[in-house]
Amino acid sequence: MSEWTRPRHLPEALELLAAAPGQYRVISGGTDLMVESHLAPERHPEFWLDISGLRELQGLQITEEGIRIGAATSLEVIRRHAEVVTHWPMLAASAAVTGAPPIQNRATLGGNVCNASPAADNAPVLLAYGARLEIAHHHGSRWLPYMDFHQGYRKTALQAGELLSALWIPYPPKHSRGYFRKVGTRAAQAIAKVSIAALIEEDSGGMIQGARFGMASVAATPCTLPSVSQYLLGRALRDIADAQVRQRVGQDIAPIQDIRSTTAYRLEIASRLVLEAIHGRSESKKED
Amino acid sequence: MPTTMRINGKAFQSSSAPNARLLDVLRNECDLKGTKEGCGEGECGACAVLVNGKLVNSCLIPLGQMEQAEITTVEGLPEDSALARAFVQCGATQCGICTPGMMLAATALLAEHANPTLEEIRWGLSGNLCRCTGYGRIYAAIAQAAGGSADV
Repeated sequence: MSEWTRPRHLPEALELLAAAPGQYRVISGGTDLMVESHLAPERHPEFWLDISGLRELQGLQITEEGIRIGAATSLEVIRRHAEVVTHWPMLAASAAVTGAPPIQNRATLGGNVCNASPAADNAPVLLAYGARLEIAHHHGSRWLPYMDFHQGYRKTALQAGELLSALWIPYPPKHSRGYFRKVGTRAAQAIAKVSIAALIEEDSGGMIQGARFGMASVAATPCTLPSVSQYLLGRALRDIADAQVRQRVGQDIAPIQDIRSTTAYRLEIASRLVLEAIHGRSESKKED
Repeated sequence: MPTTMRINGKAFQSSSAPNARLLDVLRNECDLKGTKEGCGEGECGACAVLVNGKLVNSCLIPLGQMEQAEITTVEGLPEDSALARAFVQCGATQCGICTPGMMLAATALLAEHANPTLEEIRWGLSGNLCRCTGYGRIYAAIAQAAGGSADV
């Protein structure tokens, strides 16, 4: 029989993790882990660390630069949070298309990130907003830009003994516009074929001053589009050559064929979505 | 350590492993067979129950997190209610596998929106799959139970 530990405070959890690095399976909402542990019972961990009772990992706080979201805050709480809806509407939108209400009532933002699926529903938005992670350890916390977190297929930068404690998201720049879209087979409960978030900042003359993209289901990890961003920087919308954008999308992503889609479809749709995000033809679309 | 919870208003103690699924505890230990296993992956909602009033998929809930929880299954809903009558009158049930989950999703929805719009009904039930009726009659039943029009 496996052992289940549910500490009340973060230091207690960190002490356990530090004392037995790599031994515990950390669980909160369980919406991914319970599927995995049921389908592959031979991989049942012996020691579970249930972080759903840690108060330090719950809730949202407005800070000077943005918002701090406790890693174990449910997607339901996030998608309804008034400040999130106002200042980070793409996050409210991505939380709302993660599974459906019974999933959102349990699933956490930190869990979605740490589960490290290449299709993670909230990853594109966190990349586009330039989120950073607060990673706790018995010996102290460290910061990590979220874009450096995914190091390979299902491989994250979390070290033994570490726990993702919070996600910090800065306010978007004043003159920025967001674009979010998830493409799936149906509106609810779909795993993305392709999803994208973009945050584009233009000056009063229409010159692009910043462009950050996040995509999922187009590579081994959720990813940014560095060469697209670089191409856009300092260009006016009318000077953007769609063919150049498409070529750079091809450089930045590495889609595969799987049960949900083909490589060619993903590449084509990714290019179209990037162009739609740049030209602002529609904003923060929730679903297909 | 056994887990103590309240299921349909009655105290219940389970000695299953803490990583046991709430679904299995309900069906096998409590003999509450109204909670169905469909996909076992949190996609279909056939195993939906209310935990502390919130709609969840019991196939994804580890028993270890249920200490002191209030759980409502379809057996805990009143036998005769506006919702149950509306399901019958609107023909909102066919093979019956999804019906318990649908009733619980509807209960959670109506607790929050006494008069839901069609959009709210669709949203509230979006985690529950039905492979027979095509949803229209289920939406109509919920609208009727809320006292609204049945022409959805």
